[in-house]
Amino acid sequence: MSRTLADKIWDAHVTTTTSAGADLVAIDRVFLHERTGASALKSIAAARRPVVDPHRVFAVMDHIVDTRPGRGDQTLMQGGQAFITETRAAALAAGITLFDVTDPDQGITHVISPELGIVLPGCTLVAPDSHTCTQGALGALAWGIGSSEAEHAMATGVLRLPRPKTMLVRFEGALGVGVTAKDMALALLGAHGAGGGAGHVVEFAGSAVEALDIEARMTLCNMATEFAAMAAIIAPDAKTFAYLAGRRYAPASFDAPYWQELRSDEGATFDREIVIDAAAIAPMITWGTSPEHAIPIDAMVPQGPQRAHDYIGLAAGTRIAGTPIDVAFIGSCTNARLSDLRRAAALVKGHHVAPSIKKALVVPGSGAVKRAAEAEGLDKVFEAAGFEWRESGCSLCFFAGGESFPAGSRSISSTNRNFEGRQGPGIRTHIASPEVVVASAIAGAIADPRLLSVEEPA
Amino acid sequence: MTPFIKLTAVAAPLLADNIDTDAIIPSREMKSTGRTGLADGLFAPWRYVEGRVPNPEFVLNQPEYAGAQVIAGGANFGCGSSREHAVWALAEYGVRCVIAPGFAPIFAANCIRNGLLPVVLPREAVESIAGREVHIDLAAQTLTCSDDTYAFPIEAEAKVMLLEGLDAIDLTLKSRPAIAAWTDADRAARPWIYL
Repeated sequence: MSRTLADKIWDAHVTTTTSAGADLVAIDRVFLHERTGASALKSIAAARRPVVDPHRVFAVMDHIVDTRPGRGDQTLMQGGQAFITETRAAALAAGITLFDVTDPDQGITHVISPELGIVLPGCTLVAPDSHTCTQGALGALAWGIGSSEAEHAMATGVLRLPRPKTMLVRFEGALGVGVTAKDMALALLGAHGAGGGAGHVVEFAGSAVEALDIEARMTLCNMATEFAAMAAIIAPDAKTFAYLAGRRYAPASFDAPYWQELRSDEGATFDREIVIDAAAIAPMITWGTSPEHAIPIDAMVPQGPQRAHDYIGLAAGTRIAGTPIDVAFIGSCTNARLSDLRRAAALVKGHHVAPSIKKALVVPGSGAVKRAAEAEGLDKVFEAAGFEWRESGCSLCFFAGGESFPAGSRSISSTNRNFEGRQGPGIRTHIASPEVVVASAIAGAIADPRLLSVEEPA
Repeated sequence: MTPFIKLTAVAAPLLADNIDTDAIIPSREMKSTGRTGLADGLFAPWRYVEGRVPNPEFVLNQPEYAGAQVIAGGANFGCGSSREHAVWALAEYGVRCVIAPGFAPIFAANCIRNGLLPVVLPREAVESIAGREVHIDLAAQTLTCSDDTYAFPIEAEAKVMLLEGLDAIDLTLKSRPAIAAWTDADRAARPWIYL
């Protein structure tokens, strides 16, 4: 019988099925971070339950760790240091692998897990972090869980789960110039809503997805949680195997038939299917307080929930381009990989952020991204243009009591959430691609990157 | 875990769609690595005005809904972060059940693990019961409000866990032999997984 990729991975991991019909699904990898992982580690220790296989559990400091140069355990978040020191102590006690604050491999969970080959095609990976779905870009079944579930996975090696439904989202055709994977994700959310994928594993496919490089696929899968999907997945191909070859925790070879069979069978049926014309997607931007409030950058603000208009300070019928901004942020598990920084740097070269911008910030997704970017001189390009260049971490993707701005400040951000108060009380966040963030920082107002002059190579 | 069997309470209306975890418990309200001390931060952005003064317009600050055990919410309730603190905060405040047209999957799973019942009903039903007294019977999978009775779905396993207040880890550890047998076979088939 024809099966979807998600079904194949699920079936291969069912250790047993309970009398109530739940599957006990083997979990190959658990990843923790200091914000929600410390709680899981503390609970498992308090219950005197050992971690079944500590070699397959990893932890990193990413959420509230300071990103200013010369950082240590001190963090701007009030009481934040305890999350770092307690996670460190608990990780050492549990015998799991920890990428600590000063580790050269430290970075955002979903950036370093693929970088180190911790996530692999066909594996199951969970983390108490909603953006774990990012890692489905490598052909893994990877999803976000709560702290209790993380404790369960560490103590038992499995999770108790009903089989999820499946959805196929095909992006067909070629993306236009200046249009990226981020715009694909926002276009999907704009058309089908923040609850559109509820309870499904979403497989992204189609010619536009096949054409994406691995890092862009991660950006697309990253926002599946904003679509209420359980997980996102993309069938691994030659690009995936080439990306993983030689990485620290990856196997020596991807030549065996096993790896080639990790794809949905011809004729496999999904519970739902959506087809999107990739060529019709424009650079996107959010106008409101949900990622589903996404519109093409040259569009007018539509009528949405009044509360969203009141919070964001934009009335229906306003042209979104030209809206003045105060803060520009390039970073996060959505858009802080080397390819993101390269594209942003290419656009910013020869320009400077507008004098009205109060802060412009680039935060690389990992130590490895930072070093590679510096080797290419990207840090100097950003600094010359007026951006700050930081250590890796989640940073301004959200507000943990650290850096923020006066209520009412308007931020353009390469992140994934524009919720009320996401970047601080009263902060108005617009999410978009790094290209749109750069164009807007230069203009001092929301701007279309397709209209920006790009410096010709000498 | 406290079992959930039956409950009669007024459903506090909080009907906006996409109520996210940043609204339920903002990151800055998660002040320790523990699972307690969170109720004060529940819905902080809406519950308080400047200086942490209760906002009289917020539903839980109105006398008829203070200490609500049931919340009637909008679609995609609990979207956003995986933070279980959102459910811990609700539970510590005293909420035992959230009724909504739909839930974010991680939030719904977190509810089950903490003895909090997520009830999915059509939007019209949620709107009609909001602000009224409801009687919930988990074994029967029914919610009654005045003369109307609604059936709600729940996964069989989740239902058992809630009704019996089971510790999922203890329950799973009973299947240890089956898990070990699977792992032994898998170790041979996929050696690269076992680091």
